[in-house]
Amino acid sequence: MNTVPDQIPAPGPPARTDVAIIGAGPAGLTAAVTAADAGCAVCVLDLGERPGGQFWRSGPATGDGRFHHGWPAFTALRDRFAAHVAGGRIDYRPGHAVFHVGSPRAGAVFRVHAVADDRRREHAAVEAAAVVIATGAYDRQLPVPGWTLPGVMSAGAAQALLKGSAVVAGRRIVVAGSGPFLLPVAAGLAQAGARVVAVVEAGQPLDYLRHPVGVAAAWRKLPEAGGYLARLARHRVPLLSRHAVVAAHGDERLQSVTVAKVSSLWERVPGSERTLEADVLASGYGFVPQVELLAEAGARLRAVTSEGGFAAVIGPDQQTAVPGLFAAGETTGVGGADLARIEGLIAGRAAASAAASAAVGAAGSAAGRAAGSATGPAGPDGRTERERAALRRFAAVMDRVHAVQPGWTGWPDDDTVVCRCEEVTVGRLRAAIDLGADDVRSVKLLARPGMGWCQGRICSQAVAALTTAHPRYRDDAGTGEHDGTGHDDATFDAERAVSRPLAQPVPLRVLAELGSEDDDAVSAD
Amino acid sequence: MPEQPRPRIDITVDGVAWSVPADCTIAAAFTEHGQPAWRRTRRGARPRGLNCGIGVCFDCLVTVNGMPGVRACLADVRPGDVICTEEGSGFGEHGP
Repeated sequence: MNTVPDQIPAPGPPARTDVAIIGAGPAGLTAAVTAADAGCAVCVLDLGERPGGQFWRSGPATGDGRFHHGWPAFTALRDRFAAHVAGGRIDYRPGHAVFHVGSPRAGAVFRVHAVADDRRREHAAVEAAAVVIATGAYDRQLPVPGWTLPGVMSAGAAQALLKGSAVVAGRRIVVAGSGPFLLPVAAGLAQAGARVVAVVEAGQPLDYLRHPVGVAAAWRKLPEAGGYLARLARHRVPLLSRHAVVAAHGDERLQSVTVAKVSSLWERVPGSERTLEADVLASGYGFVPQVELLAEAGARLRAVTSEGGFAAVIGPDQQTAVPGLFAAGETTGVGGADLARIEGLIAGRAAASAAASAAVGAAGSAAGRAAGSATGPAGPDGRTERERAALRRFAAVMDRVHAVQPGWTGWPDDDTVVCRCEEVTVGRLRAAIDLGADDVRSVKLLARPGMGWCQGRICSQAVAALTTAHPRYRDDAGTGEHDGTGHDDATFDAERAVSRPLAQPVPLRVLAELGSEDDDAVSAD
Repeated sequence: MPEQPRPRIDITVDGVAWSVPADCTIAAAFTEHGQPAWRRTRRGARPRGLNCGIGVCFDCLVTVNGMPGVRACLADVRPGDVICTEEGSGFGEHGP
């Protein structure tokens, strides 16, 4: 059942490998088998207990793939991965929470640090000539009254329960948010026997028709979407567009939600509210790339939302601004599993090539021995490149049709919790601004949002948006009292907020164990 | 759900014996048991359970065999697990 090995690597000298890969989803797995095929020694460190990531999250109860899309592609990939693990080419570390990737000083190697096995929490370290970060993304949720009630969860959480554990999140489920991901979530829940009360989409899917070229680029996705829509029709699930769940109700658990019409800017239309009974609200407004390790390792980032979502800037071969450090999949911008696999393929080849060049002269390295057989430059071939470009064009259309619109900031009231960890309400944010906090950083210092367990991952964009939406902030920005920087303050601060010296909770004894040999791991900030 | 009955295992939750599916996460075991919350916050003592579901938000923390702060959405249940719901910081007795 449990695949986490009882043998956790003892503290000691870190393992050496050619290519370290963080994440075992579509991008990470593809990068791993590609680099291993090229002759490299590969180490895969993944938070999950089994390969597959979130898209192919599975367990013994769901191994037939009945809740999954693209399952044969996964089983083929998993078999190649397993063969490399059995052959010793891939060192697979499930249950590893990587908290730091140290960039090399000149001529040295990357050092990857993780906490292994959440039940025991031992330190694990790996040294690698090249690193691929494929840490994926998580659902973005918007704070509305009642969203902290048990039963309110991300769309991905409901999906993970089903795909990984074959457990249905509830009996009467409202799926809400914006984006095509809502469709497979709702279809899966209906298939598993839940009553899906409604799919509530804040965007306007008809807007896809305004971007025929981008949609045509990914025409293969259309039958998939059609399949979900047909399944939802069969289960008589109503689809509401330009609607949103603007409040959740209940005492100790969710009992109902308020659904309202919204304008094209997502302002709620007064008088359009209705109540739907539900024990689960599964919501997702797109995804947030997990770029914390990349930011800390020195990769350049670009803004992907106006409210402080970031993705890695990469070259044609998926390399970041740091030589030898690659990013693949959702960390470079959310584009789905097909794009992630292509990026993983390109990154795997390029990382193998980088490890081989780094290993020239380094005897004993598998990549060095394989270097002689390396063929051509590391960049993608024409077909792979065209496929990646087409999928990115479609992702850009998706982004525009489903982009979170500023009107949502009118949904929460003063009592709505915005930071779940520190239980900071919108009212306290607004009070901090009234007291004179005039940028996100000051709001954070005064009201403490984003300073709990999740390190602001869940609330930082909401805090930035609510801050810039505050009348005082807007007035100041408008009158130039912000020395002309206006909204840029919020964006700049959100970018800084992405970087975290320790990207996962780390026991003090593990930090102590790092000792002075690893001052790069703990000296940041 | 699955046509054939699922294999089940015994665990203890806050001193009570539970029978849960053998092949699921701790969060899934709570959900299947009909209990959507297994933590109370340290300021408002509000109930919390599964939120992000993939190891990011830390809302679903439980104590497993004495180890506090385990993410229930990631950890699989194992036979004989002694699970305690949490109140407060998520750091166990050493917390702030």
